Amino acid sequence: MGAAARFIFRRRGSNGRGKGWHWTDIVTWVWLVCGLLIMFGPAVWLGFSSFKTPAALAEFPPTILPYVTQEVRVEGYDKPLALYEATLEGGGTRVLAEVRRIGIVSQMVDPNAPGEIIKVNIADRAPVRTMSFATENYTQPFVQFDFVQYLWNSVFVTVMATLITLVVNSMAAFALSKYEFRGRSVAMLIILATLMVPLSVIMVPLYSIISTIGLFNNLWGVILPTVATPTGVFILRQYMLTIPDELIDAARMDKASEWQIYWRIVLPLAAPALAVLAIFSVVWRWNDFLWPLIVLSRRELYTLQVGLSIYAGELNVQWHFILAMTVVTMIPVVLVFIFLQRFITTGIAGAGLK
Amino acid sequence: MTPIASSSPASNRRLGSILFVPVQFVMTLIDAPLRALQKLTGISGMAMFFLAPNMLIFGIFVLLPLAINFVYSMTGGTAFFLADRTFIGFDQYSRLFECGNYLDPLSCQEDAFWTAVGNTAWFVVLQVTLMILMALGTALILNRDLRARSFWRAVFFFPVLLSPVVVGLIWKWILQRQGLLNFALFEMGLEPHNWLTDRTWAFAAAVAVSIWAHMGFYALILLAGLQAIPKDLYEAAEMDGTKAARVFWRITLPLLAPNLLVVVVLALIKAVQVFDEVYVLTGGGPGTSTMFLTQYIYETGFASQLRNPGLAAAASILMGLVLVVLTLFQLGIGRRTEGKRKR
Amino acid sequence: MGQIKLTNVKKSFGAVDVLHDINLHIDDGELVVFVGPSGCGKSTLLRVIAGLEKVTGGSLEIDGRRVNDVTAAERGLAMVFQSYALYPHMTVRQNLAFGLENSKMPKAEIAERVGEAARMLEIEPYMDRRPGQLSGGQRQRVAIGRAIVRRPVAFLLDEPLSNLDAELRVSTRAELAALHARLSSTMIYVTHDQVEAMTLADRIVVMRAGRIEQVGTPLELYNMPANRFVAGFIGAPHMNFLRGDIVEHTPGTAILSLAGGYRIAVDPGTAPVTDGQKVTVGVRPQHLTVSRDTASPKVRLGLVEALGAETVVHGEIYGERLMAVLPGQQGYRPGDEIHLDLQAAPLHVFDEQDLRLFSTAGAKAKAPV
Repeated sequence: MGAAARFIFRRRGSNGRGKGWHWTDIVTWVWLVCGLLIMFGPAVWLGFSSFKTPAALAEFPPTILPYVTQEVRVEGYDKPLALYEATLEGGGTRVLAEVRRIGIVSQMVDPNAPGEIIKVNIADRAPVRTMSFATENYTQPFVQFDFVQYLWNSVFVTVMATLITLVVNSMAAFALSKYEFRGRSVAMLIILATLMVPLSVIMVPLYSIISTIGLFNNLWGVILPTVATPTGVFILRQYMLTIPDELIDAARMDKASEWQIYWRIVLPLAAPALAVLAIFSVVWRWNDFLWPLIVLSRRELYTLQVGLSIYAGELNVQWHFILAMTVVTMIPVVLVFIFLQRFITTGIAGAGLK
Repeated sequence: MTPIASSSPASNRRLGSILFVPVQFVMTLIDAPLRALQKLTGISGMAMFFLAPNMLIFGIFVLLPLAINFVYSMTGGTAFFLADRTFIGFDQYSRLFECGNYLDPLSCQEDAFWTAVGNTAWFVVLQVTLMILMALGTALILNRDLRARSFWRAVFFFPVLLSPVVVGLIWKWILQRQGLLNFALFEMGLEPHNWLTDRTWAFAAAVAVSIWAHMGFYALILLAGLQAIPKDLYEAAEMDGTKAARVFWRITLPLLAPNLLVVVVLALIKAVQVFDEVYVLTGGGPGTSTMFLTQYIYETGFASQLRNPGLAAAASILMGLVLVVLTLFQLGIGRRTEGKRKR
Repeated sequence: MGQIKLTNVKKSFGAVDVLHDINLHIDDGELVVFVGPSGCGKSTLLRVIAGLEKVTGGSLEIDGRRVNDVTAAERGLAMVFQSYALYPHMTVRQNLAFGLENSKMPKAEIAERVGEAARMLEIEPYMDRRPGQLSGGQRQRVAIGRAIVRRPVAFLLDEPLSNLDAELRVSTRAELAALHARLSSTMIYVTHDQVEAMTLADRIVVMRAGRIEQVGTPLELYNMPANRFVAGFIGAPHMNFLRGDIVEHTPGTAILSLAGGYRIAVDPGTAPVTDGQKVTVGVRPQHLTVSRDTASPKVRLGLVEALGAETVVHGEIYGERLMAVLPGQQGYRPGDEIHLDLQAAPLHVFDEQDLRLFSTAGAKAKAPV
């Protein structure tokens, strides 16, 4: 740990110069370490909390790891009793089960000798706790509620929307980058101008169009409006402009049809940009919230985001399930983050937009 | 965008080729009719064919709604089907603008609209200012001679990928009465608050959470801008013995200015539309203290008992006008800096 | 098979005319080189023939068939591009086979043709590599191979050697010449390098600003340049031009007076010359020799480039710049004055429109008057 810290905190190039720590170095490391805690902390906290039982969640002060108080069945009592480590008046500690609590006095029994009631001040007893992961937080919503259905809807919407986005956007980008035709600059202008048209501005008429063509309460009503992304066309076109036109001429001389040029030459060569767009699209569609909320009003059609927000908005919030399902909702994005983060960051830095 | 370097190209390629056999088959099947089409239309006709699907979807789901939004805003009633709606001219707009006193939202007929406008304005000012300052600080720090820079960059970028619902729920969990934040304050001997049920604190929480969720994105763009500044400028400044503060004001900031402007406008455009994470976090409450424009449009159009799609459309057009101004501003900046670069 | 005929071919991009009334007939098996400075339209002309650009006027025929509206794929031509344009994501073998697969050729025949081309070009060892893993010279061979497997009516080569280093360029040039001899099919070759043009061509087409300036064999162009532009373009270092006028003429003799008043008598042949006509006299640097006769024009030397086998001297004569390539090692220094013999050198005389009036072989020149 010490060596690792020294490795991380050593300033590059500071060895030879023999300079000490400048105040900016301190600011840098305070900022970075606070950043680490604030950016990752909440998600990590959520992850740990999601394994706690409702009782443990209600505890104040909270613990980081999920603990439960151990319980035993004691002869003569219907319910299992909680185990405590009690400090007796005469000194020494014993493990006792609590029968009931009256004021500040706890009535306890020895599980091995249930006949005798021992009275202990509640300040002198501490619960016997073991770590336990409440995996039923995860299994229950899938078994009892519709979360399997929500998960499937989300996967369906994400996969379909991404596939169609890739095909449709790459075709348009191909036309806009490799052909000269009348109206090309008009098409480009329309796409650039609508780069910034947000859903909030068109949601009312868009909803009426969706319901007119019968896609209300239909997953395709969620998918179709999102697939012709101007951003996607823009990213792909910028990349395709870097593919030399001579390659396309060569393919034409090689008797390739325009369609073949598209899918055998241009698509494989645009693979890096397609990968970036695919990652973007997966994250966008997985995270979409407002539009699915508007289009889907039947429970069996909810995506994870909609289902989760509606469950969380109900009066009787069952936090242990909500937290677990939030973690499930987070998983694909976290996987993308761990494995593909580099492509996203370079992609954004390159294109300069989201 | 760098080409993807796979760890084991050979095996990947094999897997890829197996996966692509059906795709290849379909593509080959499509080829024959398309060759015939190409014979008919010629090469430039094929450009239209490639452009058509995207433009069609785009037309139906973006351009058409944009166009009929104006018609919508001039009709009344609760029906969604345009033919079932009655034309009422500019009544929806005058309803939005009917106020006893323009400084007091409660004196307006649509007091919810003006409350939302006021909230959004405050939110935009606070969120954008604080977020850009923090993003700039983060970018400057990440641009230093750091070890594991890509790791630290990733740290700040992480929340950007999270869905608004997840962001809202994470923070709802932390900010609730018995949540982690109050525990931490309690441990430090400070006074806990009911963060999400106090009007002022709920608004502050909305601003803070939204900064948390988006700051990394802007820091990333600013970092790219910083890294594009030629290193020799700094070396020259060092040779001249220029002080660090002066280097920042005279070299870094002027050269970063175009990026900074783009980032500010992008952040403004996003902030005006604030909705999802705050909606999940507070539901617009307590009362209407965190209700923003998008939520007003959504609830007026769809959710409330007395829904009024025409009124929602009118409000959305007003919001659109603000966004158009901002977008034009951004395009203007883009053109100007591009021109500079060419020169 | 492989005759190409252009009649009044025009090409314009919008309002800009790039090619004006091109007339050219290329015979089967001929290697024709289009040469000219950059922007002269030679590459556009090649692309027009290839079908990659549409003709905007005139007619283009291949083997007697009008192909103005025939697509590139159906003209039966093959092209080698300046950047080679190899498909980067395909292996060499796939690159060679791609065009054949597109014409639905049986697999066995494709393999046979690809194998044959690979043997001919000695690229067999790296058939399964991708273009990115090859050297420039190897890529160049693959690009030629991709054209060969198609067995085209004619080969179109767009500056195929310009991306190679100097040494490789010379050897590849020789191989291309050998390949042409072996395949004996029509080749059209575009270059801006007149040495390449001179060494490879059966016939050279010199172009400038979208027009053909002269068509002819390399030596025709060298010995009888049609105008001052061709004269200056063909031959390195380029021809010297001196201002002068025709003082008087009789049939069979014309007296030229150079700017400094130095007079030469030449034989104008049947050229229509008039007294007092302003002309430009061209003489190649290689044709100038040092004269012991002090009446010969005097040149004050500037730069002296001793190349070992020859010495290139730059100087000034009658206020005009002049260059001479002298044999062997001369030992001149800047500032020296030498006399050059204009009598013995072949001269090219151009009129005020820069068109050639006549050329003289040096020996025919008469003594100064």
